[in-house]
Amino acid sequence: MNHLTNFEIFLLLTIVKIAVVLGITLGAVAYTVLLERKVLGRLQNRWGPSRVGPFGLLQPLVDGLKLFLKEDMMPLAVERPLFILAPIIALGCALISIAVVPFGAVTMVRGVDLFQIANLNIGLLVILGVTSIGVYGIALSGWSSNSKYSLFGSLRSTAQMISYELALGLSLVGVVLRAQSLSLRDIVNSQAAHGARSWNVFGGFQFIALFIYLMAAYAETNRSPFDLSEAESELVAGYHTEYSSMKFAMFFMAEYANMITVSCVATLLFLGGASSPFGHIFDGFASGIVGTALFSIFWFVAKVFSFLLLYIWVRGTLPRFRYDQLMAFGWKFLLPVAMVNILATALAFAYHG
Amino acid sequence: MEIVLFIIFGLLAVAGALNLLFQRHPINSALSLVVVMMSLAVLYWSLGAEFLAAAQVIVYAGAIMVLFVFVVMLLNAGEEDRSASGSKIATIAGIPGAAAIFCLLSFVFLSERQQLGFTSLGGYLSSAVSNISEISHTLFTSLLLPFEVTSILILVAILGAVVLARKEL
Repeated sequence: MNHLTNFEIFLLLTIVKIAVVLGITLGAVAYTVLLERKVLGRLQNRWGPSRVGPFGLLQPLVDGLKLFLKEDMMPLAVERPLFILAPIIALGCALISIAVVPFGAVTMVRGVDLFQIANLNIGLLVILGVTSIGVYGIALSGWSSNSKYSLFGSLRSTAQMISYELALGLSLVGVVLRAQSLSLRDIVNSQAAHGARSWNVFGGFQFIALFIYLMAAYAETNRSPFDLSEAESELVAGYHTEYSSMKFAMFFMAEYANMITVSCVATLLFLGGASSPFGHIFDGFASGIVGTALFSIFWFVAKVFSFLLLYIWVRGTLPRFRYDQLMAFGWKFLLPVAMVNILATALAFAYHG
Repeated sequence: MEIVLFIIFGLLAVAGALNLLFQRHPINSALSLVVVMMSLAVLYWSLGAEFLAAAQVIVYAGAIMVLFVFVVMLLNAGEEDRSASGSKIATIAGIPGAAAIFCLLSFVFLSERQQLGFTSLGGYLSSAVSNISEISHTLFTSLLLPFEVTSILILVAILGAVVLARKEL
């Protein structure tokens, strides 16, 4: 490999990283769907998918195959370019934001960090920006479908996302204040000193922020109990009523990819990312570059998995909000609490220096 | 590298702005404006101002334009009717006026380049200096008064909007 210049190595490794992360994310999306169906089944006292493969483990593959082979219906009265563009925006934005997430401990190979595609110094803002662009996918899908149910669904969803984006952004300020940086790597490093004691949720006293973040993120990803945009009892299927085949599958994948991104960000910001909850006690067991890398990835995946499980648990437990309740909760409860949290955190840092 | 980005996204911004004018449906115009905002964000980033780029995307493309699109969707605005002729002065003076303003501005910018100061592509704001600490330091020390006055102005605007909308409720 010595005849390659540094730039060529960087380029090749980056392409490999992107391909691997994309593959793993799409695989994780497929199996999150299966996990949701299984866990939701158990919560509702039934089996969930169990026919295809052992324990229904091949279900995502046949689901994908089925959606791929379905006829792609295009209603006559739709606004054609926007109708096609909308699912692409939704899925594209959902997949782009994973690029700034650091998955494991810093593992440098020839000057390239293996477990993060791009270490930007405004990583957190990039995630917020890409999420806010993702709103267009939903807004345009509803409008271009030329159907009243789709339009209602996307109007609700757009209003909801604009409202909860504020609480979401404000809940992160305490974390940024503690890390004094917007780079996700720095934020993780600021929590890595003493295991779980220095995580933002415990040591940084950001548990209120974590609560606000989770509530706002559930609303941002249009998940229960905030899934008004696809309230099937009133709106058929919400903004993707008119979509079929792969276009529908793209919205579906975007929803689950967003769930995974949100869980990754919650892990990074509040639970110390890839750092072990026991600090450096067990570092001796996992020695060497491979051991350390696997150890850190294990913790990251475990934390993300627990957040995903919480998502599903909440969906199986809580009833849906009414629309005015949703708005009142966002504006009159989450937003003021987030501001008080910022003030308290800032005062604490000012006092301690 | 940066010059390629500048050319691509500069052209994209101009094309988006022209498309904004030529499209007849308000939602297409709004989406063209989103393209302009995003291209501007890339241009800011290529100048080294990454915080400004992110703010541009989050605030303009992600919040303000979403509200535009939302209102267009809510009011179900139809296609613009161009058969009715506009004002005659606009037709006669429009293109020469715009050309004159463009010439004047480019003349000022080119001739007074030394006084206005210029930035280089790639930017002197490298990743070594944190953009955010730089901006916040300027904003909260030398520009504190304008900053506070602007926030009061925005607060007044919000209160005014609430008072106006209150009558309708």
